[in-house]
Amino acid sequence: MGLHAAKVLETLKAMGITHIVWLPDSETGFLYEAITADGSVKLVPVCREGEALAVAAGLWVGGAKPLVLIQNTGLFESGDSIRGLGLDVGLPVVMVIGYRGWLGGRPMTDSAGIYTEPILKAWGINYHLVETDHDLPKILAAQDEALKTSRPVAVLIGQEYEK
Amino acid sequence: MMDPIETLKTLSEHRTDQVVVSTMVALRVWSLVSKRPELDLPLVGCMGKASSLGLGVALARPDRQVWIIDGDGSLLMNLGSLVTIGNLSPPNLIHFVYNNSVYETTGGQPVPGAGRTDFVGLARAAGYLQAFRFDDLETLSLRLPKVLKLPGPTLVDLHVGRATALGPLPPARRTAEALRTVKAALSP
Repeated sequence: MGLHAAKVLETLKAMGITHIVWLPDSETGFLYEAITADGSVKLVPVCREGEALAVAAGLWVGGAKPLVLIQNTGLFESGDSIRGLGLDVGLPVVMVIGYRGWLGGRPMTDSAGIYTEPILKAWGINYHLVETDHDLPKILAAQDEALKTSRPVAVLIGQEYEK
Repeated sequence: MMDPIETLKTLSEHRTDQVVVSTMVALRVWSLVSKRPELDLPLVGCMGKASSLGLGVALARPDRQVWIIDGDGSLLMNLGSLVTIGNLSPPNLIHFVYNNSVYETTGGQPVPGAGRTDFVGLARAAGYLQAFRFDDLETLSLRLPKVLKLPGPTLVDLHVGRATALGPLPPARRTAEALRTVKAALSP
């Protein structure tokens, strides 16, 4: 059982997501195709991931329901935005993060993977691993958690999206 | 070179119901002259992200004009946001640059490219529909009403001197409070 782009999009729509603030990672090609073909969720492409949380904060202020979609390397890049416009302001947003380097629980060799969970832990950001369609309810739960706790919550995508 | 307080006072005189995102020294000057603090989003810290925060509000609320009062040093930290904004092209976004050529908060060290960087040229090249530079208060007063009516995104490069009187830097929690105040004010 894989992780299918159409199923992911179905989940995001069920969450009422209006905007996906994103910078594509190496695993999101099919998801991009699904989102653009569907057209009901707006894509907000940024040039650098550090912009993403700040744009999401502005969207939230304006009454939209944004979601951030980046790679773990972009999470590292976004440090000050996550601190200042995620944690400090209590932004209830789900960050869907491509887990580059994840080897299904086997020891990782890619430092992008190795540092991901320790950094989320250091920030006190809760996270959930999604590897198959079966795990998709975790994204819905992450949104509830973000709203209840007024904090960003991360979803780590451990599998390449399939068509 | 324009007086910073008089410059932002001129902006404030023409403000009606715009949401205003301000940051760093511009935030401290703006807080002295703003007449609608309930629609102000002061970004304390998180330097460089005012343009991104303002963009988000502008995208969510196309019916409302959003002003960003950025700094030159702040914008230099997030130059890619010019392309992000130019690409999405929100017509309701006006991006002011409080351009004093220095990092005033840290004691006045020159920013890279001080006096050489052409923010008007950068904005145009990034896809902004309008870009203007002002270094004279009289001209700013005269032309601002028309500039504000043009379809954006618009960049307005304001060449100002050093501030002599500044309000205090608000605590960081002020940003969190303001996000909620403005969110409530914008709710239908």
